Amino acid sequence: MLSWGADLMAALTPISRKPVSFYVPVVAAFGALAGLFVGTAQGSGLMGIVFGAILMGAVAFVLTKLIPNERVGRWGLFGVLVIAGVLLGGIPGLIIGGAFGWFFGWLTFWLFEGRYRGHLAPFLTPGQVLWHYAFRVICGSIFVFLITPIIVVMPLSFNAQDFFTFTPEMLRFDPAGYSLKHYRDFFNNEDWQNAVRNSIRIAPVATLLSVGFGTLAAIGLSQPHVPFRRAIMAVLISPMIVPLIISAAGMYFFYSRIGLQGTYIGVVLAHAALGIPFVIITVTATLVGFDNSLTRAAANMGASPVRTFFKVQMPLILPGVISGGLFAFITSFDEVVVVLFVGSAGQKTLPWQMFTGLREQISPTILAVATLLVAISILLLTTLELLRRRSERLRGITPT
Amino acid sequence: MKLTKTLLASTALTVAAGMSFADGHMANEMTIVSWGGAYSASQQNAYHTPYSENTGTKIINDESSAEAVSKLRAMKEAGNVTWDVVDVVAADALRLCDEGLAMEIDADTMLADAPDGTKASEDFGDLLVGDCFIPQIVYSTTVGYRTDLVGDTAPTDICALFDTETYPGKRALEKRPINNMEWALLCDGVAKGEVYDVLETEEGQQKALDKLATIKDDVIWWSAGADTPQLLADGEVVMGSTYNGRLFALIEEQKQPVAMLWDAQVFDLDGWIIPAGLPDDRKARALDYIMFATDTQRLADQAKYISYGPARKSSAPLVGQHAELGIDMAPHMPTDPENAKNTFLYNYEFWADYRDDIDAKFQAWLVQ
Repeated sequence: MLSWGADLMAALTPISRKPVSFYVPVVAAFGALAGLFVGTAQGSGLMGIVFGAILMGAVAFVLTKLIPNERVGRWGLFGVLVIAGVLLGGIPGLIIGGAFGWFFGWLTFWLFEGRYRGHLAPFLTPGQVLWHYAFRVICGSIFVFLITPIIVVMPLSFNAQDFFTFTPEMLRFDPAGYSLKHYRDFFNNEDWQNAVRNSIRIAPVATLLSVGFGTLAAIGLSQPHVPFRRAIMAVLISPMIVPLIISAAGMYFFYSRIGLQGTYIGVVLAHAALGIPFVIITVTATLVGFDNSLTRAAANMGASPVRTFFKVQMPLILPGVISGGLFAFITSFDEVVVVLFVGSAGQKTLPWQMFTGLREQISPTILAVATLLVAISILLLTTLELLRRRSERLRGITPT
Repeated sequence: MKLTKTLLASTALTVAAGMSFADGHMANEMTIVSWGGAYSASQQNAYHTPYSENTGTKIINDESSAEAVSKLRAMKEAGNVTWDVVDVVAADALRLCDEGLAMEIDADTMLADAPDGTKASEDFGDLLVGDCFIPQIVYSTTVGYRTDLVGDTAPTDICALFDTETYPGKRALEKRPINNMEWALLCDGVAKGEVYDVLETEEGQQKALDKLATIKDDVIWWSAGADTPQLLADGEVVMGSTYNGRLFALIEEQKQPVAMLWDAQVFDLDGWIIPAGLPDDRKARALDYIMFATDTQRLADQAKYISYGPARKSSAPLVGQHAELGIDMAPHMPTDPENAKNTFLYNYEFWADYRDDIDAKFQAWLVQ
C-alpha cells in the first residue's frame, strides 16, 4: 500500500537538470575519495586526493558541457580510463580503470540529469534525499567492513609463497603467483590431519550431548509448574555469559581434580556445557509457538508421554532443535580457549592448531584452512536459514 | 516412527564412533612440548621418529613452549602434570628449576657420554647452566636485512639498526629489553666488556632507552619469531632482529632477498627439562628419551634440518649437509668462526637479577 503510493508519487516527481555548482563539486569529492585510495597505494594519499578531485571535477564538467551526447561521453571516459589503467598497472589496472570509468560516467549524469530523485516522492526535502542515499552508503560500508577481512584471506590462501603477502605475480594475475600448495600441505600434513580428526571426533559428540540435554531442559523449563524456572535458566545459560577464559580456568582445575583434564571425554563434556545454552535458547523460542492442547489431545487419545513427545512435539520443534544443534556444533568446532585448558596435545583441535600455527610460524596453510572453514560455515548457516524458513512456513508466518 | 528410529540410530552411531576413538591415556606414549614450526619439525626428524621406531613409544607433540612456565605452574597447582619432556630456553629452565617445577639432572649419570668416552658434563661444558637444564642447541638472535632495500652499501655492523640516515625504513625489534638494550649501548659508544656494568645503573638504563628513542618511530615491535621473516618478506621493514634459524629458512628455503648481519649476534641456549614429580614409569621413559635424544649423533642430526648449533662439542665435527637443500650447514651455524667474530652470550645472571625492573621500565617507555 505504502510502496504503491510512493511509486505513484515518484512518477509525479519532476526531474530537471542541475547547475554546475552542484554536481561538479560532488563528483570532485568522489574523485578525491578514489584518489585517496589510488594515491595511498602509490605512496602519497594527499597528492591522490588533490589530483583525484581536480581530474574528476574536470571530467564532470567536460562530459556535461562540451560533449553533446551522453553515450559518447560515458564510453569515451570508460575507454580512456581503461587504457590509462593498462598503461599504469597491467591487468589489475585495467579492471580498476574500467570500474572508475563506468562509475564516474554514471555518477556525473545521475547527478547532472537529477535522476537521483527519479524514484523518490516529490515532497522530500534535499536533506531527506541526502539521508536516503547516505543511509544506503553507511549500510554498504558496514557490510564491506565486516566482510573484507574474510574475503582478503581467500586469494592469499592460493599464494605460491610462504608468506601472507600479495606478491607482484599475484597482483598481475600471473598463474605462477598462485598455487594450491597450501591446500596440499593441509591435506598431507600429519599435524593438520590429526587436528581435523580430533575436531571431527569431538564436535559431533559434544553437539549430541548439548542437543539432548538442552532440549530436555528447554521443555522442562517451559512447563509452568517447575519451581525456580528463571534461576535454573540463568545457571544453564551462564557458560554463554561468563567470560570464556574464566569458564576455561575453572574447568581446568575442576577437571584436573576429577581426572578428566587432558582426556577426550573431558573436552567433549566441556564443549557440551558451552553448547547447551544455544540449544536451550533456540528450543525455548520454538516452544513459545507450540500449542499445548496438542499434547493434551494426544494424551486424550491414549498416547504415552514419550510417544507424544516423539510423535507430536518433536516434529514441531525440530527446526529449533536442529538450529540449536548447529550453533552447538559451530561452538565446539571453533572453540580454542577451553580446549587449550581442558585438552592436552592429544586432543589438539583445528582452532588450536591454527592458533599455534599463527604464533609460531606464519604459514598460509592457516589461510587455506580458514577458507575451507568459511566454506563449511556458509553451508551450515545456509542450512540454518532454510530450516528457519521452513519452520515459519509450518507455523503459518510468511517468510519475508 | 521413522523420525524416532532415525534419531536413535544416528545417536547410537555417533556415540559409538566417539567412544571407539576415546582411548584415554595409552600405556606407552609421552607428550613432548616444543616451539612448533620448523624447529619442532627438526626435532621430529632427528629425535622423535628414530626414538619411536626403536622403542615403540608414541610421541605426542605439544607446541606450548612459549607459555611453558605458566602452564607448568598451573599443572602443579592442579596436581596433574601432563607433560613428560619440555623444550625451553635456558632462562626459563633456570626459573622452573628455582621454583622446583623441573627435575634436577645429573649430567654424568643421566646423559650419554661422547663416543670417545668424554663425560657428558665435560662435553657440554659451560652450557650446562643450572641444575635442571639439558642443553640441546645454541641459537642466536641476529639481524637480517633486505639486500634490495639497503642501497649500495650493505650494513656490516649492528649500529646500522640505529643509522636511519644511511638505511631509511622501518626496523623490526623484539618487544622486550633483552638484546635491544645491549645493542643500544654498544652503538652509543660503550665498550663491549662494560655493557652490563653500565646497564646495572639507572643512568645506563636511561642511556640505552634514550638511544632506542632515536629510532622509536621507525620500529615495529615483534613478539613471535615468525613476525620478522614475514615483515622482511613483505618489504615492510628494511631490517629486523630474529632467530638465526628463521633467517636461514627465509634466505635458503624461501629464497627471499635477505642477508644476515651476524655482527653482535646474541647467543642463547635452548634445551630440555623434565617436569618435577612425574610418576616413576613416566619419569623413566622421559629419562630414557633424554639419554637418546641428546647423544652426540642425535644433536648433530638435528643440524641437518635447522641452522642451530649442537650443544655438545663432540657433535660439531659431525654436522653435515642440509637434508633437503644439500648445502653445507657448518657455514650457517651461529658458532661458525666466520659468523662469530663479534658475539654476545646472553647474560643469565644479569637478566635474572634485573629483568623485572628493566622490563617494567621498558614497557613504560614503550607507551610514552
